[in-house]
Amino acid sequence: MLRKILIAAALVAGAVQPLLAAEHASDPKADFKAFRDYFTKRFPKVALDDFVNGPYSMDEGLRKQWKAIDEFPPYEFAVEKGKEMFATPFKNGKTYGDCFPNKGIGVRQTYPRFDEKSGQVVTLDVALNACREANGEKPFDYSKDDMAALTAYMAFTSRGKAMDIKIPDDPRALAAYTKGKEYFYTRRGQLNFSCASCHVQNPGNHIRTEVLAPALGIMNAMPIYRSAWGGMGTTSRRLRSCNSQVRGVPLKAESEEYRDVEYYLSYMANGLPISGPGARP
Amino acid sequence: MRTRTLIRLAVIASIAGFTTASLAATADEAKSAIEKAETADKQAAALKNQWTTAEKALKNAKAAVAAGKFDDAVKQAQEAEALSNASAAQAKEQDKLWPEAVVR
Repeated sequence: MLRKILIAAALVAGAVQPLLAAEHASDPKADFKAFRDYFTKRFPKVALDDFVNGPYSMDEGLRKQWKAIDEFPPYEFAVEKGKEMFATPFKNGKTYGDCFPNKGIGVRQTYPRFDEKSGQVVTLDVALNACREANGEKPFDYSKDDMAALTAYMAFTSRGKAMDIKIPDDPRALAAYTKGKEYFYTRRGQLNFSCASCHVQNPGNHIRTEVLAPALGIMNAMPIYRSAWGGMGTTSRRLRSCNSQVRGVPLKAESEEYRDVEYYLSYMANGLPISGPGARP
Repeated sequence: MRTRTLIRLAVIASIAGFTTASLAATADEAKSAIEKAETADKQAAALKNQWTTAEKALKNAKAAVAAGKFDDAVKQAQEAEALSNASAAQAKEQDKLWPEAVVR
């Protein structure tokens, strides 16, 4: 009798498991359409390509300030520094360009990528550090300065190119995408905010003195110069700072969760132009 | 009259003594409170959902112990434990609720 009960329990458990796994399964194409429809219907006066300009697409006053600031862009020094770093050979004589397709020029829009070998999402920042390590150099800090300069330059060479993120036919890629989506919509921190609380439910609204940016195209402007930081910051820095602002302990820069959420948001921005490096208040 | 006064004094003294004894935490009580807070913090960490306020309270509790302020230590440790328990509850709840927020 006990044996029959155990067998029955095992059968039920086996049948339920795929249902549980399927419960949070994603359809990226359907997500993409719903996401795009949500923002374009909510902000019918904002041109689709303008969403990549974040808060400036939402607020006319801010936009005027930005246009004035952009005459002497605060990220210009980072682009120049990144260009020089990019061209400077490693000790072994190779350069960053040797690690990327098209010598690294105009490729930013294809990151993050799903790497079938490691089964993980690889962001541009991770690819740059992998390149350094493969050539005998120490990796850079993922949050600012050198990494921000390199990614600023690479983004600059991709300006205007449409985001082009692929989700290959690999269950691990879909799982990474779904985890990124989960991270984006999960409330955290003592203030009980999710990324979506600000960037889906409240874009255009003020939080203290800041105008919240729409989630659509938010990755296209990375890396960014933030006046609040007084310098450049990478995607990791931005995500960690969002966590802190809601009183959550930030994860490690370029942790799996951060890479996955970048993958999800970048896929949502497919077709929208790269505008990075950006400048934000 | 004298007896009544003595009784009153005894009552006052006992209340004062009881109150003092019940409020003054010992080093062991502070240590125990911190251990409980650390257990709750580990649970929140395992869920990757620690709160900065819990971390700060735990840090303050340890600093209070080091300074010999055991009452403060217990108070801060209990706050840290409560915050970590709340963050763990949030993570478990959100594990089920997040799909409700997805744009459809």
